[in-house]
Amino acid sequence: MSDKLKVLAGLLVLAVLITLPFWLNAGKSGAAPEIVIAEAAKKAGNCVESKEWMAANHMALLDQWRDVVVREGKHIYVSESGQEFNMSLSSGENSCLGCHTSTAEFCDSCHDYTGVGTLYCWECHIDPSKENK
Amino acid sequence: MLEKAINGSSKYWIWIASLLLIIGVAGLAWMKQLDQGLVITGMSRDVTWGFYIAQFTFLVGVAAGGVMLVLPYYLHDYKAFGRITVLGEFLAIASIVMCLLFIIADMGFPSRLMNVIIYASPDSMLFWDMIVLNGYLFLNILVGWNVLEAERNGVPAKKWVKIFALISIPWAFGIHTVTAYLYCGLPGRGFWLSAIIAPRFLASAFAAGPAFLIILATILKKTTGFDSGEKALRTLSKIVCYALIANVFFFICEVFVVFYSQNPEHMDHFIYLFWGTGNLVPFMWASMILMVTGIVLLLIPKYRNNLSLLPWICGIVFIGTWLDKGLGFVTGGFVPNPLHEYTEYAPTALELVISMGIFATGFLVLTLLFKMVVGIKQESGDTTPH
Amino acid sequence: MKESRRKFLKIAGVSAIGIGTGSVLTAFASSGSKEEKAAQAAGARFKHRAESLKAGHWGMVIDTRKIDADLAAKIQETCHSIHNVPGIEGKQELKWIWPSDYKHVFPMQTNPYVSEQLKKAPILALCNHCENPPCVRVCPTKATFQREDGIIMMDFHRCIGCRFCMAGCPYGARSFNFRDPKPFIKEMDPMYPHRMIGVVEKCNFCDERLARGQMPACVEVSKGAILFGDLDDPDSNVRKALRANTTIRRKPSLGTSPSVYYIV
Repeated sequence: MSDKLKVLAGLLVLAVLITLPFWLNAGKSGAAPEIVIAEAAKKAGNCVESKEWMAANHMALLDQWRDVVVREGKHIYVSESGQEFNMSLSSGENSCLGCHTSTAEFCDSCHDYTGVGTLYCWECHIDPSKENK
Repeated sequence: MLEKAINGSSKYWIWIASLLLIIGVAGLAWMKQLDQGLVITGMSRDVTWGFYIAQFTFLVGVAAGGVMLVLPYYLHDYKAFGRITVLGEFLAIASIVMCLLFIIADMGFPSRLMNVIIYASPDSMLFWDMIVLNGYLFLNILVGWNVLEAERNGVPAKKWVKIFALISIPWAFGIHTVTAYLYCGLPGRGFWLSAIIAPRFLASAFAAGPAFLIILATILKKTTGFDSGEKALRTLSKIVCYALIANVFFFICEVFVVFYSQNPEHMDHFIYLFWGTGNLVPFMWASMILMVTGIVLLLIPKYRNNLSLLPWICGIVFIGTWLDKGLGFVTGGFVPNPLHEYTEYAPTALELVISMGIFATGFLVLTLLFKMVVGIKQESGDTTPH
Repeated sequence: MKESRRKFLKIAGVSAIGIGTGSVLTAFASSGSKEEKAAQAAGARFKHRAESLKAGHWGMVIDTRKIDADLAAKIQETCHSIHNVPGIEGKQELKWIWPSDYKHVFPMQTNPYVSEQLKKAPILALCNHCENPPCVRVCPTKATFQREDGIIMMDFHRCIGCRFCMAGCPYGARSFNFRDPKPFIKEMDPMYPHRMIGVVEKCNFCDERLARGQMPACVEVSKGAILFGDLDDPDSNVRKALRANTTIRRKPSLGTSPSVYYIV
């Protein structure tokens, strides 16, 4: 009898532990963030590829870019439409952050919401929006 | 079998709790290291590997030393070792666990550990070291566990277990050889650039490992009544003796080459370690004195066969080989640096606390495993040799 | 390049599937077009900048006779500031290029009677960008690697901080970020990333400047004391200097074959 109780108690603890992430996050869900397109980006008109494609594939693109730049020494990306872009995350106007000026609004809001991991790009690459403050 | 490890006297639990306490404190220290970086260690631009990697190197030896029980039993059917090979295998498991933890403690960017697999680089000896160490861990878990389980069930171990036991013999030589290759293949480090490093590592391992096993066997007898057997311990003590002689002989070969050739790139490291102004000098001399003392005492049958003196002699041997490999070897290779500048290294308190935590983890693993062994031996009535 | 395209296709495909399963509805609505796009973009090309400088094998010739303490300090200062090398002092310092002296840069090539001038001269030490680099051989993740043009690069994204390369380097050219470097960087240069805790760094022959068509910074500020060019081209400035002068390399007996030559 007492064994039965022990087993039940153990199972209960296990169940709570496994579902802990749900309990911890319960009631915290907010509205999905709206992507804020910065003025500079609006002015540029288009990103290196279409908006939809970038939304789906930007992580693969960035991963590829950093390998090509660091390991192959190539810095120019020719897009699907034949346009040429400087492959750089944050070095000046001619880079990702040159258009998308606020990392908090453009990157973190979505990454935080979806819980896909904190970006640590800015540990090394300068985030102009924070550097100026 | 695990249940054997959770039934123990209050002394047993106090021991476990103290280990857990040390692990806890060291865990906090490690959090600090993760947060602030390796700045909390005594390592520097010139001495880039320190206490962590030295312990890793030494413990690979202790792990490999277990093979000195496995080899005579499985290859030569030396029956006296049959009852205790599992102790050697379980000591190897605990040692490899510590080795892996020391590697992780030494990493600047531990969260990228998996890069070693994702970007596997067979040119790097570290890649092969990862393979042989994990392989050896796996082999020892597999063999040790199955042999012990068979013993509990009162049946002989399955045939395939013996195959893996046989594989583990050259593998043990492999782990320490590859670990030596980490060092001896670097063109710019005269102290390590020697073909004798791998043989010397093995010799010191086959002294330190079995010496530690003799100490452990004595403790087991005192605390649990499990007797490894006089014959087994006497044979082990001879193994320790000859391995230690080989180690010192290899070292003398090295010293001859270095000082007769007078090649400064090689020699200056030895001068630094033995006649320099650095803080390692007394430790290096102590190591030499302890190892020679160990040889003399082990060579004389009167002392070697005195089973109450033997563990103390083994302590001397263990400390002597540890000072040599677990302290002097790694730092000695970095001083002087490639520009022939002398930068001292000493571990910081935090570095030592983290190391103590890893040792405690190793002892915890070892305690749990040995507890199982003793429990099963008691059950099968095999606490004294027949 | 083919390889990178293939890799892109693979990654893009996998991530498209990942996204698809993440939000089934949206993926369902536009799955065809998305995959199509991924495949098209995979055909995208990566190019060198038109202005980027290229070589068969980059090499450097340092004329130690022309470098005094002030110039050496200026060279170090320039290099460290444009690469955001933190100004940490003591045993855990970081440096890419620094003035040492003949005795230390060439420890086995000195003698008791070297000229007064050479005894006092500041000799610059930096990564030798060896043709046969031990650091690359020992790296367990290929975080440090040799480019086709001979430059030994660091991929800070990949480095696990094991410091094997530092043990492997026979020239003490590498530094490790024992702590967060940020507070020790006086003025951040936005054109080059800085580093974070736990990675190794070293001279990169100003790969980022070569890509913009500029000479390495040390060469630029050296007033002609440091030459930089293509070792494979017999008519290059470095080859001319090597023909006209007696030069030495650091620790030639190790077989690393440095790409940095010294006129002493």
